[in-house]
Amino acid sequence: MRDIIRIYRKNKLAVFGFFVISIIVFLAIFADIISPYKYDEIDLANFLQGPSLSHPFGTDSIGRDLLTRIIYGARTSLIVGFSVQILAVLIGVPLGLFAGFYGGKVDYWISRLVEVMTAFPGLLFAIFLMTWLGNGLFNIIIALGITGWIGICRVTRAKTLEIKGEAFVEAAEALGVSNSYLLFKTILPNIIRPIIIMVGLGVPQAIFGEASLSFLGFGISDPLPSWGKMIGESLGYLQGYWYMGFFPTLSLAITVLCFNFVADGLRDALDPRMTSRRKG
Amino acid sequence: MIGYIVRRILGLIIVILLASLITFILMHAIPGGPFDELKMPLPPEVKANILKKYGLDRPVWEQYIRYIWRALHGDLGVPFQSPTETVTSLIARVWPVTLQIGAITIALSFSIGILLGIISALRQNTWIDYLVTTIATLGTTVPNFVIAIWLILFFSVTLRWLPTGGWGEPKNLILPVISYFLAPTAVIARFVKVNFLEELRKDYVRTARAKGLPERVVIFKHVFKNVLIPVMTLLGPMIPDLATGSVFIEVTFRVPGLGRFFYTSALNRDYPMIIAMILLIAILWGITYLVTDIIYAYIDPRIVFS
Repeated sequence: MRDIIRIYRKNKLAVFGFFVISIIVFLAIFADIISPYKYDEIDLANFLQGPSLSHPFGTDSIGRDLLTRIIYGARTSLIVGFSVQILAVLIGVPLGLFAGFYGGKVDYWISRLVEVMTAFPGLLFAIFLMTWLGNGLFNIIIALGITGWIGICRVTRAKTLEIKGEAFVEAAEALGVSNSYLLFKTILPNIIRPIIIMVGLGVPQAIFGEASLSFLGFGISDPLPSWGKMIGESLGYLQGYWYMGFFPTLSLAITVLCFNFVADGLRDALDPRMTSRRKG
Repeated sequence: MIGYIVRRILGLIIVILLASLITFILMHAIPGGPFDELKMPLPPEVKANILKKYGLDRPVWEQYIRYIWRALHGDLGVPFQSPTETVTSLIARVWPVTLQIGAITIALSFSIGILLGIISALRQNTWIDYLVTTIATLGTTVPNFVIAIWLILFFSVTLRWLPTGGWGEPKNLILPVISYFLAPTAVIARFVKVNFLEELRKDYVRTARAKGLPERVVIFKHVFKNVLIPVMTLLGPMIPDLATGSVFIEVTFRVPGLGRFFYTSALNRDYPMIIAMILLIAILWGITYLVTDIIYAYIDPRIVFS
């Protein structure tokens, strides 16, 4: 553990990313206290106001304070980012373990399922799922979770195959432990690192996915704020009201970027072999 | 070899059929249909007639089989959003728009990406190397619609050089292509850089240098060729991606291409259009994978088919 932290801290960008994300998490948790207004507070007398002291990021077309909506948007992004990964782990890890461990027919059908899912382009399939499920925070998590477990499943399967034949697994098998003990207590702890790396990479992808769906109008439903939705709404206003598009895109870019820095740092720290290969 | 290709094509057909079946079933499980009566109530007889016209009164499995049968004869149905056309003619009309952007993007991203990759490999740890790395990180992590909006804010709103969107004039192409080509260019540049550096360390480069060849010849005659082949493998997966168009770019810049029609189809629950597009994409992906694998085998004789 100490080694992991030491290697992680060597990566300056990863440390910076972690710092920025801590601030974003803080803002998201204490949004109710920090934000100057309520996120659904409509003020028709002050619509489309540029940045000012009372509204640092301006107001939208029905007079809602954009700074407030960006702070609450962080909450939406984080909830989606982490929940989708939880769902993806819950689907992908068991399927990958089963496929890798049991092989044969189980592996064949799980691999075919993965193949069919790859034939659908991820986000288009998520859009399509959203038209089916309807808008909303919960449905977005479902749609992105259903399309987001493939990578985790692949890695889990590959790593399970890799260590299945190792002596300690055989030893456990020889001791006569049950299959579920073997899978979850013997194999899983030994392949947890690559799974964590995949989850690290998956969080910004899910945030990206939510923003993309909301951008098109297939995502979060009003009045809940979402950066993607704010960006989509700004499209018609860019000519005269630059701040409507600028601040949400900036928040989204910074968040996704910093999560990627953290994911890179995690990869370096958890899998030193990969680092040496990537350096060039 | 031929046996392998036949097996792969069969596998491809099965995957496409499965994909279409899943889409078809999900489509019919959607609560509410294209003829919901929220906006304009219809007399039941009229509605029954419409449903009959589009075959929506039949059981789902029968609709599916009819659909596949007709699709095999080139008839993908009539798009609900534009009933005077067929799905095939609508796609034929809007696809060239997307292909145009896609072709320019591929050409630019390969030429600029390879160039930047080589420069940053030869000038490691200089400002140009860092610039390429920064653009690469931005291009691959930040959603392209975010970059699109920054470009609009800068070039259209502030400088007033370029239109915020639309289609028809050459200048309408510029911003969509830039926001589109950043990510693939970044991927290519990074890939070229890594491969180039790896290649430079190899024995034949040392030999070439040792026998006194000028650096220019070593780089462009010896190293360049060996780097180019693996770069070509990146082209494969890019084609279906770009050919189907980025929904986000086309919506942002109001480009009337395939991506935007996918968006309007999803909004309007235009079943025939959505299924046709998902099938199109699945087929393009399948063919790309197949062709890439076969080309690999020709380039690299070490690959054996099993």
